[in-house]
Amino acid sequence: MIKTLSVLFHNGRQFIPDVINASLKPPFRGRPIITNVKIDEKKAVELCPVGAISRNPFSIDLGKCVFCGECSIEFPEKIIFTQDYKLATNIRERLIIKEGEDIPITIDKSQIRPDIKKICKKSLKLREISAAGDNSAEWEMNASNNVQFDISRYGIEFVASPRHADGILITGPISQNMAKAVEICYDATPEPQIIILAGTDAISGGIFNGSRAICRDFIKNNHVDLYIPGNPPHPLTIINGLLNLID
Amino acid sequence: MKKKSENLIRTHNCSVIKIKEIPIVDYETFFNLNCNLIQSPERHLSHYFAIEEGKALRIFSIISDDKSREIFVSSTEIDKKKEIPSLTNKFPSFHPFERDIYERFNLKYSDHPWLKPLRYPFYSQEKSMDNYPFFSFDSEELHEVGVGPIHAGVIEPGHFRFICHGEKVLHLEIQLGYQHRGVEELFVKKEKLLERVILSESIAGDTTIGHSTAFANLYERLCGFNTTEDLHFSRALALELERIAIHTGDLSALSGDVAYQLGQAVFGRLRTPIINFTQSWGGNRLGRGLIRPGKINFPFTEELKQSLTDILIEYERDFVEMAETFFLRPSVQARFEKTGTITKDDVFKMGFVGMVAKSCGINRDVRFTHPHGLYKAIKLQPTILQSGDVHARAYLRYQEVLRSIEFIREILQTIPSKISKKDLSDAPLESQSLAISLTEGWRGEICHVALTDKNGKIAAYRIKDPSIHNWFALALAVRNNEISDFPLCNKSFNLSYCGHDL
Ligand code: SF4
Repeated sequence: MIKTLSVLFHNGRQFIPDVINASLKPPFRGRPIITNVKIDEKKAVELCPVGAISRNPFSIDLGKCVFCGECSIEFPEKIIFTQDYKLATNIRERLIIKEGEDIPITIDKSQIRPDIKKICKKSLKLREISAAGDNSAEWEMNASNNVQFDISRYGIEFVASPRHADGILITGPISQNMAKAVEICYDATPEPQIIILAGTDAISGGIFNGSRAICRDFIKNNHVDLYIPGNPPHPLTIINGLLNLID
Repeated sequence: MKKKSENLIRTHNCSVIKIKEIPIVDYETFFNLNCNLIQSPERHLSHYFAIEEGKALRIFSIISDDKSREIFVSSTEIDKKKEIPSLTNKFPSFHPFERDIYERFNLKYSDHPWLKPLRYPFYSQEKSMDNYPFFSFDSEELHEVGVGPIHAGVIEPGHFRFICHGEKVLHLEIQLGYQHRGVEELFVKKEKLLERVILSESIAGDTTIGHSTAFANLYERLCGFNTTEDLHFSRALALELERIAIHTGDLSALSGDVAYQLGQAVFGRLRTPIINFTQSWGGNRLGRGLIRPGKINFPFTEELKQSLTDILIEYERDFVEMAETFFLRPSVQARFEKTGTITKDDVFKMGFVGMVAKSCGINRDVRFTHPHGLYKAIKLQPTILQSGDVHARAYLRYQEVLRSIEFIREILQTIPSKISKKDLSDAPLESQSLAISLTEGWRGEICHVALTDKNGKIAAYRIKDPSIHNWFALALAVRNNEISDFPLCNKSFNLSYCGHDL
């Protein structure tokens, strides 16, 4: 008993009081800014391991980016990673960061399905599906619910059965071998059947894009309600993204 | 070091050998040779795989001697259409590897006792995962329980099929493959170095450092680049930080499985300062971006040293206090002790590695037995426990964390001042060679092997996560245990699904 009290005393309070305004320090790589500095753009496109960089206009697609940071090491004046971790949005195009822009990534409230607005007020239950996820995004999903980030204090929970869920959250690029399980799980979820993709692998396939073992049909055939970029997404990115969806 | 003797080649960790120097012997000789090699208790199978050479298959066997620190490479060539006897029948530690060869090339083994699909890769004939030939038993008294592929928690997918008598598990069979992403093929197809680096970081996210270190060490050998002090330093440091972080997280999950909330909360929160430190070093909590062949993008600074030193003092104080309280609790001991036991004999027979071996009295840890880089110079105390149960695997984590802290404190005393910035992206690779690299990830031995063609292009890449050996340990451990202890047993191994499925 005394030992337990001593442990409690030493550990004190651990939760982060304000997950909306918490700050991260460099070299954490959040939303990048692309300046108007002239560089050898072709070289930058060549360099990127996942084809996230495009030209005309020069841009980075955060749905593809694995946040390796190599482009900003090579072109430090052109590409600067800020520590802005609020990267989640419901509009795929908003993940494309263009040259000369410094606009926060936000959710377009008008595009949230009315069902979600109606049913998920201050509560969101999700069934997480790891579909060939490499246990990194899954890891951060679990971390979001530890005593520090404590996502359940906002009424957000990962549940065991799809029947108890408002929707699914997919991590991983979706292997052929998981494609069927994803469909079955989704079908078992009641309305509003939210679909959330967390992590670069889920959003675009990431480094596995083009692999013969991957099957992206589910993503092509269904409407995605929220994209949470990151490799893996930081717990603060996850929490803020989910909160903004139901807020 | 490379002596050509008998019918094999002797080499060592992180080395490159010319393929033509590896003798090709007939299958019978190869079979007997491998039987002889694997018999001694100080040796284990590090890798065993085949590549296609025209109409024939060339099989390579890589056996490590944990005493002499040698690695034996042998090979044979066989006709794909021929049926051959399996090594598994004599030495079951070969079972996943022969199953892999069967699945890839449809090679028939005449007497393999467990010739079942391993990971349902896209290149296999077996297209559906629905027809896995589970072992079953016709009895009115027994019942079967199926779990997965999607599990209750936020974890990776896999299917578990139990045969139970009442609450007691008699048999567990694990069907994997759901996570197959075609990693090995991508290593060949993606030719840019950075693509391969990112791939190596994605083999298993929880072992980002382990696998990217295995890859970097291997790639540098292939380029003929001598790994510099600062790279050795950062790799060893990152590996130990990864070990501390995951072991701590596992202790949290193990606490959760025995409903000990305080442990779950405290161990859970203690992982955070460690991974946040990794983030402050390289920008990512899992260490993505840190390990690069030939260079480091985030050199370790005096400032980082100060911050890590402070973090470790606080961490250790709270960690030890929590662990001491935890392991003394009767309710924890009652659930941990004599649950999910693996014997020394199982380890020898099945070739288990890492934590599973170390909790059964066997020092099978690359850091001591095949050391590379800083591990050669700095003596680390191995942690070896005897009881082989959940308690041993949990307690091993506690002790290993303390050893890792000691090790980190020691290496922090001399931070290499030189910063390597060698760009190896266009460096030519040694042609027609086979490169091997072993790394002790927190789970156990990771083995990467690359084969190059005559133009110095990677022609085949083979990855072994320790999980491929150890999944069978979980299946054995739950026998004769209550099915309600399965989550606890499972967590005590914490094996990788994606590392297995690739
Ligand atoms: S940080 Fe993103 S955009 Fe830049 S090189 Fe890496 S993956 Fe490409």
